[in-house]
Amino acid sequence: MTKKVMEASHAIAEAIKMIEPDVIAAYPITPQTHIVERLSDFVADGELKSQYINVDSEFSALSACIGASATGCRAYSSTSSQGLALMFELLFITSGMRLPVCMSEVNRALSAPINIWNDHQDAISCRDSGWLQFYVETGQEAFDLSLMQFKISEDKDVLLPSMVCMDGFTLSHVYEPVDITTKKLVEDFVPRYKPVHAVLDPEQPLTQGPIGFPSEYMEIRYAQCAALNNSIKTIEKVFKGFSDKFPVQIKNSRPERYYHVEEYQLHDAEIAFVAMGSMCGTIKDVVDRLRNRGEKVGLLKLITYRPFPKDAIKKSLKGIKKIAVLEKAISPGVGGVLCDEIAGVLYKTDTQPDIRSFIVGFGGRDVKLDHIEKIYEMTKNDKGSKEEWMF
Amino acid sequence: MIDFEKVKQTVGGKKITLGAVLKSDGSTVATKTGGWRSLRPVTDFSKCVKCGNCWTFCPDASYKKNEKGYFEVNLDYCKGCGICSEVCPVKCISMVREEK
Repeated sequence: MTKKVMEASHAIAEAIKMIEPDVIAAYPITPQTHIVERLSDFVADGELKSQYINVDSEFSALSACIGASATGCRAYSSTSSQGLALMFELLFITSGMRLPVCMSEVNRALSAPINIWNDHQDAISCRDSGWLQFYVETGQEAFDLSLMQFKISEDKDVLLPSMVCMDGFTLSHVYEPVDITTKKLVEDFVPRYKPVHAVLDPEQPLTQGPIGFPSEYMEIRYAQCAALNNSIKTIEKVFKGFSDKFPVQIKNSRPERYYHVEEYQLHDAEIAFVAMGSMCGTIKDVVDRLRNRGEKVGLLKLITYRPFPKDAIKKSLKGIKKIAVLEKAISPGVGGVLCDEIAGVLYKTDTQPDIRSFIVGFGGRDVKLDHIEKIYEMTKNDKGSKEEWMF
Repeated sequence: MIDFEKVKQTVGGKKITLGAVLKSDGSTVATKTGGWRSLRPVTDFSKCVKCGNCWTFCPDASYKKNEKGYFEVNLDYCKGCGICSEVCPVKCISMVREEK
């Protein structure tokens, strides 16, 4: 165990250093910069033996990762906001070619108006790209998931790219105590990637990314979607293995046992918050306050977002009467994305809970204790509409 | 080496590979794309100077040299793009509508 107070971005850089990707290709963009700056330092100082490719854009960054991964090596990138938007076309190519590229996505609002601060619109807008998505609350979770994502993505039953989504500034630039464990333990836990379908081998020339005619395209897409659905089991296995091997060293820095969701004071709750990312820390504080006043309230935090952990959500929210979904992304013309998906999961369940969407924290607007207390009051007393913007 | 039998799976009665990876040998030969064509190249061999420009520039590698040294098109694969006709220095390749 090595306990250090460090920036969450640097915690991710430490994790990637232990993972030793063969190729790192990234283009700097706020607020992701501290991750890639630190990684390029490691490479320049000879501490990390990765091939660091300086590229001209995020489009090239992910293209380089696809090319690298297609030769059978381990590839990594990191981006934010407009960078992820520029990668959009390639996100689908990565997952379609079943290449286990791993990425750290530092969540930032999308233009226009231009804004460098945090919300989840960038990653949520890419939810259908066939990538696995995980959302982290703390620096410790950012470190741990950055290790686990490789083991999950590279599993022979998964072979899909993954992104660990971390809130820009509110987490990426925050210093927290992090247990960065030891390289030896990490090497035991995440063995080197052994490709089963994508290699560069002159003895066996291959065609990758060929045309898929109408006669085959649908079957290939089915196999890809099935792999993403089934990855839920692999994720569970990896979460369990990690929790066994790396017990909690710093209290409250992460869930005791990793799972798709984290339940906080949900056991006898009547009203539940549902949220992802760093704001869960603030919500937990409000839950404590409300509990002190005798309110039966809890929080369901989602760590796994794609694949959507339907069974875990159903189980955790069983018997809850009212649900307030706090979200930092929207599908204009519909409403809160997460709220819709939670409602879909709970449709035709016994309790038929009242579900509301609260839009918070766009473009870096602080999500304050007061906001969350107000959300609780509105949910409890049936005030306001099904979709409320908390300014 | 990739064991293709291992990466194959059956979906809806069809055999597909992980990530649509193909063994390179033979797949482009098996897929005959000549049916996409609306214009067909026709070479007037009396004018042909055997320069091989058509063979060099054909994006589908549809031209082949015959035993007399002339270049003949394989209509199973020619998509009728007309590049051969454009690059021919003696203009001996004309593009003819398929229905004619």
